[in-house]
This record gives sequence, structure tokens and C-alpha cells, in this order.
Amino acid sequence: MLEVEGLGAGYGRIPILNGIDFSIARGEIVGVLGHNGMGKTTLLRTLMGEIRATGGVIRFEDEDITRLAMHRRARLGIGYVPQGRDIYPQLSVMDNLRMGEIVRRGQSAVPELLEYFPVLEALMERPGRALSGGEQQILALARCLAGRPRLLLLDEPTEGIQPSIVDQIQAKLAELTRALDLTVLLVEQNLRFIAALAERVLIMQKGTIVASIAPEQLSDQAIVDEYLGI
Amino acid sequence: MDQVANYLFQIGFSFSIFILISLGLAVIFGMMRVINLAQGEFLMLGAYFCTLCTNAGINLWLSFILSALAVGVFGVIVERLVIQWLYGRIIDTLLATWGLSLLLVGGVTTIFGPQTESVAAPLGNVQVGAFGFPVYGLVMMAIAVALLVAVYAFWRFTRYGLIVRGTMQNPTISAALGVNRSLVYMLTFAFGSALTGLAGAVLAPIVGAYPTLGIVYIAKAFITVITGGHLPLIGTVSASGLFSTIDGIVATVSSSVIGEMTVLFVAIILLRLLPLGITGRMTRGV
Repeated sequence: MLEVEGLGAGYGRIPILNGIDFSIARGEIVGVLGHNGMGKTTLLRTLMGEIRATGGVIRFEDEDITRLAMHRRARLGIGYVPQGRDIYPQLSVMDNLRMGEIVRRGQSAVPELLEYFPVLEALMERPGRALSGGEQQILALARCLAGRPRLLLLDEPTEGIQPSIVDQIQAKLAELTRALDLTVLLVEQNLRFIAALAERVLIMQKGTIVASIAPEQLSDQAIVDEYLGI
Repeated sequence: MDQVANYLFQIGFSFSIFILISLGLAVIFGMMRVINLAQGEFLMLGAYFCTLCTNAGINLWLSFILSALAVGVFGVIVERLVIQWLYGRIIDTLLATWGLSLLLVGGVTTIFGPQTESVAAPLGNVQVGAFGFPVYGLVMMAIAVALLVAVYAFWRFTRYGLIVRGTMQNPTISAALGVNRSLVYMLTFAFGSALTGLAGAVLAPIVGAYPTLGIVYIAKAFITVITGGHLPLIGTVSASGLFSTIDGIVATVSSSVIGEMTVLFVAIILLRLLPLGITGRMTRGV
């Protein structure tokens, strides 16, 4: 579904990503682990088109999207939930959700999404800024799904969220990826979260992918120390 | 009784001018955060276009619409050639649009000369007691209110309005949701330009068209939008309401110059007390 070959990117003249290679098959949930500053967020931003690739190829469903504008990638079926959520602060929850499906034709996904995320129902008229971190994360996920993406790029969905909500988000993601036939690339620092969801975990170091491990190996202290040790 | 009517007319007339000159700027500066110093010249182009149309024998009301369209198209050209490269770069935008402003004043002076081109004010007067009010003044008020309602409804209730509000709040995430932000910026700038062009055309019958027309109004427009605060439409309406009430009353009892001075004075005091503008503490609305 997604193939990345020799991908390079950076900010200005500072290179961040160097020769990234990986691919994701349809329906897979792939995790990306790594320390801060290793390029995980940059990878997602480059896949989405927020940052221009300086080299390499990105293919989505066999189409070369390396030079495609961000909104074109979104319309092809790539959904992106950035770190920090980026909820529209002055739009109501309803309008935030409507923005998620605003360029998509066909029936509104909002009623269906409210079934998946009943917590949003009571918040519909609230402005985005009045939501808690956990509510914002759920809204960001729902807003992204309103566009009916087939590939979901998630950047640290558990960051700054209380543990009980993290468990809810984990269960929701597991349920939704199956129900909506989603493919997911999940950047996370939370080992437990990533081990529970991902079928395969890519380890990033200094802008490149150094290993691909099974989630069970994350409980092996020796492996964690090798790749993620301080 | 007729004295009351006189005050009401002066306030309403002043309100319509504040709204007309500020509405386009509320979109371009208030929503898009583009400091367009050529905004006054967009007004001037609207006025000229209106005089050209009426001189060519086109009906005045149709000329208004044509002027709005013409300045809207001009806005597209300016956005594509200049503004789109400068989003988020305030000083550069300021310099570029100031240059554009000088260019437009110079260009129009070269083509049409410095004299005032006039459009006959239509519709005559209506007599209330001792006072005669130009009917066109009442039409201006109606146009101003209609524009306000239309722009508000468009922003608040249409799909395109939502796209614009979202994109102005966070262009990057909007693009990630599939919105072509470059197109939205271009069309929004064009929309603000068209509103300004229409305002210039509507003003043409009372002030005519001359190259430096914009300079008279640009400061007033910026003061109105800035005093309004971060909700461009509600802010512009409340600031216009306040200023026009002061301007209408003071100008009637003394002179229009004193009226404008008082407005400026009140704006300074108000911004000292409410640095974020009238809508600074409001969280919702447009």
C-alpha cells in the first residue's frame, strides 16, 4: 500500500532523513519507535507532503506521490493526525468534524463516527479550544476518519494524555482499523501502546530505519536497551 | 422630531461608510492577516471603474456589480503575483503593498489625470421637516447592511465559509484534510478585493473618483478593523457602530473634521483599555 525508497528530507539545508526504506501492506499496523530528534515526526510530515522530499520515492497504492501537494495526498486517501492534534480552536467540535470531510463527496461520516466516539456527542457545540487533551485527541482522530482515509499516519497519539484515556484510544484504534479496513503507520514513544497495536515495529535512529522487530521483542529488555537505551 | 431624524441620518450615513470601507479589509487583514496597504487603492479602482461604466452608459447599479467583479479579478492577479509569496512575512507584505499602492496612484494619475471624475448621484432628496436627506444616503445604508448580512451568512452558514474559517485558523492541518489552501487564500483575497471594489463604486456618486481617494479612507478602515479585534465581522460591526455614532453626533453639532478627530481619539483610548480590541475576550463567532 505504501512503499518508501531512499527517502531523504530536511529543514532548510539540515538533513533529517537519510535513505529511509520500508513498505506497509494493506491492513497492516506498523509502529515507528525512536528517541526524540531521530526524525519520526519528520518522516510523517514528509509522507504527508508538509515537507518536501529531497530524494527518494514515495508510492501510495502504486502511484508516485513524492512531488504531490499535501491536499492531493489527503484526497488520495492518506489521513494524518499530527502531534499536538491541531484542533481548530475557534471552530465547534461539529465544525471540526465537518472540516474533516469537507472535500470528500458522498454521505456524511459524522453519525457513524459518533457511534464509534460517543464521548463527542455531548461536546458537539463546544469550541475546540475548550476540550481536554484526551478529548482533542479523540476529536483529531475522528476528524481524520471523517475523510475516510485508507492509510492513517498517527504521530504520538498518547502524548500528554492520562493513562485511562490512553487505554480507551488503544482499544478504539484496534477496533477501528478492523472495522474500517485501515492501514496505520503509528509513531509512538509509549512501548506498551505500540506493542499492543503494532504488528511490526520499525526502529529509527539518526534519520534512518535501523531495524524492524516484532512487537513481542519490545518486552525483551536486551533489545529495548540496544535500540532505545539511554 | 426632524432634528432626531437628522442625527439618525448622520449616524446611519457614517455607519454605512465605515462598514463599506472596512468590510473588505476585515476579510483581507482581519481574517487573512495580510496587511494590504494598497487596500485604499482597491477602493479607488472600484470608484474609477464605476465612473468608466456609467460614462459608457451602463446603469449605475449594474456598474456597482461590474466594479466589484473587476476589482475581484484584480485581487486575484495581485494575490498570484505578489501576496502569495509573502504570507506570514509582515514587513515584506507591507513594503510590497505600499509599493503597489504608489504604483496604482501613479498609474491612475497618468492615465486619467489628477482631477475628480464624477458620477451623478441618483434619486434626489427626501424632505423631513426642515431637513432634506439624499435618498442615495439611505440606499448606501441599505447596501451596507445587506452586505454585512450576506457576508456573515456566507461565512457562518456555507460550506465555503467553513473552509475559509478553518483554513485561516490552521492552513497546514486544513491541507492535511484535503483543502487546497493556496486556492482558498487566492479566492478569499479576491473576495475581500471585490468587497472593496464594490465599496469604492458605491462611494463614487458621493465623492467621485480621483487618484488619491484611497488615502482618505485607508487609515479609517484599518482603525475600524483593529479596534474590532480578532473576530473580523463582529468586531468591524461593533467598531463601526461605535465610531459612526460618535462621528454622526459630533459632526452634526460641530464639524466633520472635529468628528473624525473625536473618532480617532476614542479609538486610541479604546485600544489602550482593550488592547485586543472590542472582541478581544470573545471566543466564538466570525
